[in-house]
Amino acid sequence: MPALKKLIALAVVGVAISATLAQAADRKAAVEQVSFGIDAAKAGLWREATYRWERAVELDPSYAAAFNNLAIAYEQAGQFEKAKQAYQKAAELDPKNTYIKQNIDLFKEINDRANRQNAR
Amino acid sequence: MRTARTLASAALALAASGCLTFVEVPVETPIRPKIDASPFSRVYVAGFLPSGSEDVDTNLETVRLLRSQLKNKGGMRIIEADVLPLADAAKPVPAESAPAAPPAAAQSDSGKTDTIAEAELPPYEKIFENKDYWKKVGEEFGSPLIITGSVVFVPHQRSGYVQKEQEVYDSFGRRSVVPVRTYMDRKGYILRPKFVFIDGRTGETLYTETFREEILYNAEQSTPALSSYFELMDRLLPSFLSTLSSQTIRGSRFLLK
Repeated sequence: MPALKKLIALAVVGVAISATLAQAADRKAAVEQVSFGIDAAKAGLWREATYRWERAVELDPSYAAAFNNLAIAYEQAGQFEKAKQAYQKAAELDPKNTYIKQNIDLFKEINDRANRQNAR
Repeated sequence: MRTARTLASAALALAASGCLTFVEVPVETPIRPKIDASPFSRVYVAGFLPSGSEDVDTNLETVRLLRSQLKNKGGMRIIEADVLPLADAAKPVPAESAPAAPPAAAQSDSGKTDTIAEAELPPYEKIFENKDYWKKVGEEFGSPLIITGSVVFVPHQRSGYVQKEQEVYDSFGRRSVVPVRTYMDRKGYILRPKFVFIDGRTGETLYTETFREEILYNAEQSTPALSSYFELMDRLLPSFLSTLSSQTIRGSRFLLK
């Protein structure tokens, strides 16, 4: 009986380790996508950047920076609703990040203006 | 010693990579136009109901200004036709004399459109709801997008405390600027244009927008009414233009790694 318990415990630890390793691998791949996206955005290739950051959030849905960057890309494309959702997600994942907060404040100004125009 | 140096450089590299977690990039956010002007090949800035000061012919000046702005900054095809004396067409006819009423003439001898008192403007503004009238205007010009409305431009004065900056010198002759509150009589103008966008094919109103801007000068300063009018119009033109054409707002954002 104790041997069975030991076996179960070992299995649980094994699963946890493999999950952590998989997560780390996903984060690594997501970081690569984010980095590539930044280079693309710096070169003005926002479509490419959007694609990269969309891949990044798929690979690692807990990656705040990827959501932040994706929100900026959506904003740049005039897709305000998508940008809002992505910013919200970024702020949820990293609520203390001042850069995300600053981006959100600037986005809000523009979004409010666009909403005022649509409401008129 | 060697190990210490290696460690120090590794720490530096780590710190540097830690610092560079963000990249500031310029962004251009597009804001869509308020109305879709694509079904119209041309725009006709017809005319405006002038109200308030008689120092500026707000009908003529507004038509000229909007036509040039739409052509140059909005990239639109503009119909360069005579300015519609809208006050004439919109003059309300008393009910009892309606059948025998002569055609309304609100134009003065000088050819300048008479201004309408601000309180009397609402009955004149009913013309914007007259679909048949605008459909007829539209037919005459090939069913364009018609821009019309009213422009209230009135003198205004207000007295009170204002904050000014004053130069002061201390005992060593050093100059500094300090804020000083002083009582001032000020006068200027209020501009309240209402822009009405009408579908020249149906005569229906597509969109209406009202703005309000005011300017005040020192009472001793003499500023021509026309200068004030253009100064105030300048402030609201970007918003007016954004009704028909998309705008781009430039800024910057932080990309994160």
